[in-house]
Amino acid sequence: MSTLPSATTASGPSSARLRLQFDRGVKSLTQGRLGRTLVMATPYVWLLVFLLLPFFIVLRISLAEMVLASPPYTSLWEWTQDQTLLIRLHLGNYAYLWEDPLYLAAYLNSLKVAAIATVICLLIGYPMALGIARAPAGWRLVLLMLVILPFWTSFLIRIYAWMGLLQNQGLINQLLMWLGLIEQPLALLHSNFAVYLGIVYSYLPFMVLPLYATLVRQDLGLLEAAADLGARPWKSFVTITWPLSLPGVIAGSLLVFIPAVGEFVIPDLLGGPDTLMIGKVLWGEFFANRDWPVASAVAIAMLLVVVLPLLLLQRIGERQTTQKVNP
Amino acid sequence: MAQTKRDPALIDAWQDPTARPFLQIQQVSKVFESGHYAVDEVSLEIFRGEFFSLLGASGCGKSTLLRILAGLERPTQGRVWIDGEDVTDTPPYERPVNMMFQSYALFPHMSVAQNIAFGLRQERLPKAQIKARVAEMLELVHMQDFARRKPDQLSGGQRQRVALARSLAKHPKLLLLDEPLGALDRKLRERTQFELVNIQERVGTTFIMVTHDQEEAMTMSTRLAVMEAGRILQIGTPSEVYEYPASRFVAEFIGAANLFEGRVEGYDEAAELLTIHTEAAAQHITLYHPTPLAVGTPVAVALRPEKIHVAAQIPNPDTNWVRGTVKEIGYLGDVSIYHVRTEQGSTVQVQVTNLARRTAGPLTWDDEVLLAWDEDAGVVLTL
Repeated sequence: MSTLPSATTASGPSSARLRLQFDRGVKSLTQGRLGRTLVMATPYVWLLVFLLLPFFIVLRISLAEMVLASPPYTSLWEWTQDQTLLIRLHLGNYAYLWEDPLYLAAYLNSLKVAAIATVICLLIGYPMALGIARAPAGWRLVLLMLVILPFWTSFLIRIYAWMGLLQNQGLINQLLMWLGLIEQPLALLHSNFAVYLGIVYSYLPFMVLPLYATLVRQDLGLLEAAADLGARPWKSFVTITWPLSLPGVIAGSLLVFIPAVGEFVIPDLLGGPDTLMIGKVLWGEFFANRDWPVASAVAIAMLLVVVLPLLLLQRIGERQTTQKVNP
Repeated sequence: MAQTKRDPALIDAWQDPTARPFLQIQQVSKVFESGHYAVDEVSLEIFRGEFFSLLGASGCGKSTLLRILAGLERPTQGRVWIDGEDVTDTPPYERPVNMMFQSYALFPHMSVAQNIAFGLRQERLPKAQIKARVAEMLELVHMQDFARRKPDQLSGGQRQRVALARSLAKHPKLLLLDEPLGALDRKLRERTQFELVNIQERVGTTFIMVTHDQEEAMTMSTRLAVMEAGRILQIGTPSEVYEYPASRFVAEFIGAANLFEGRVEGYDEAAELLTIHTEAAAQHITLYHPTPLAVGTPVAVALRPEKIHVAAQIPNPDTNWVRGTVKEIGYLGDVSIYHVRTEQGSTVQVQVTNLARRTAGPLTWDDEVLLAWDEDAGVVLTL
């Protein structure tokens, strides 16, 4: 009798407290921690599913051997009779890439084409971005729209349009012949020139946009200060505008360079028989030779060729920022 | 007050009719595309070694005028002469003028030393000479220990010093300062006022400063110009402008002022005494005024709060007093400000030093007081 009421009085508030704690826990989980975890996990899940997983699949195939089967490559592991797990990593594909000069030449040529196209994009894109950034505020959006406008048409259609323009009976040759500047049509299409033109044309907005973003944020008061201290306009550009726009230069260059290295459509449609680019080689291995393992090895090697210099660049950038913090 | 003793040869240059002005601004106007007159026919002469202030509320055109002097803005009309040379069409990078910007405009990617060296490097001076000058400037602004820091690692006060050092490094003939202390907190600002004046004394450069802070202009300048709506309303030494404001605007802008409107009742030429009838006081106001004014001329009397005192009895002769009740008290430490509602219905500000307050006995809210002032305490402004 005497223990019962005390038990109820003790359990009453404590169960209420428990209940409160439980409610709070659910609340914090749904509103706070869980929500935050979900938001933060999303990009990682995305990267895992759409980047890391495919990467390992390709890596796995690159270590297999070609067979005439479906899928057209061997398995990496097998159970043998004496209950052993046999893992066979076939490195021959990579050795083959190294031995056949075609691949090395294709890699080097791709890097060369991408680098030259990036520099041309920078030379054309920088004045454009600077012009837009320094235009009256009302004009900037219009000019930016003009830069982005070509994206509203399919990339493939725009490349086909260039084929129409560049071919022997194309607009450009007809115009030049009508003007009497040339007798015979120029072989514009299916040349390295056409490849450069295509890459620069397609990737220019990727250079202009990050450049514009850094240039438009620049404090024009700094240029006034430089002029006030005796710097002529060109000197102000070299000492103030250019160094402060380097983050934009690096971002824009990477955005052009990386996809340009692996570009397939442009060299395939605009390039000639002598245009050697790794994207084309890769396509050939996959679809013409049906050699998935070698094609995968080509892809992995290309990744290394592009990613390693990138990491190096990032390292340099990091060193500069740490220098900023600890002079 | 940062007012230090100045070279007498310099301080009176503007009163010497033979002195050649160092900077001449002749009828300069700046009209913006909108048709707005930012600067409206301003003429100004400034002498070597002066610390001159352009004082006015924001939007009065003082910064535009300064930018015209720097060459960052082209005047729509008028000429600018610096040291006998017409620089109106000279680009900023060829002018013997440097500017300290309001935002400081320090180059964020350069260290303190590189910022200071920037102007010197444009002159292609030998490396050793640049290094020596940078060290000298760092010492001048007490920033030797921060030479290798970047601007974003400095406090506001330190950035201000770097900006000053950078603008002085090239030995400019004329230094322009655009609200140089605007971004500093009050205490630092007061200390920096002294420093800036001291540095100006030491380097001897002519300084022109733009400010909206009348106290700052009064403390630091040899002379100042009060600007409003693109025009210069008055030029003079701080005490001239304070004691003898030329217009109602200046009287109200520089320090606090009580204004009584009225009409001229009479003028005693022998005593140079003006009698003014006003609705704002029970009796006439009599004030010294060196020039006669016609009877009936509408005038305003400007009385500084510190020139009015709390009187025990009605003064003799029976002029220059009002009676009222204390409505508000502001205790500022060294002085107290009283807002007194007069019998005539206007509010008069009175400033009493706390020493005087103690001897006269404490005043409190709703106390009846008698306010009086001397015949030389006010300025008569013709409207």
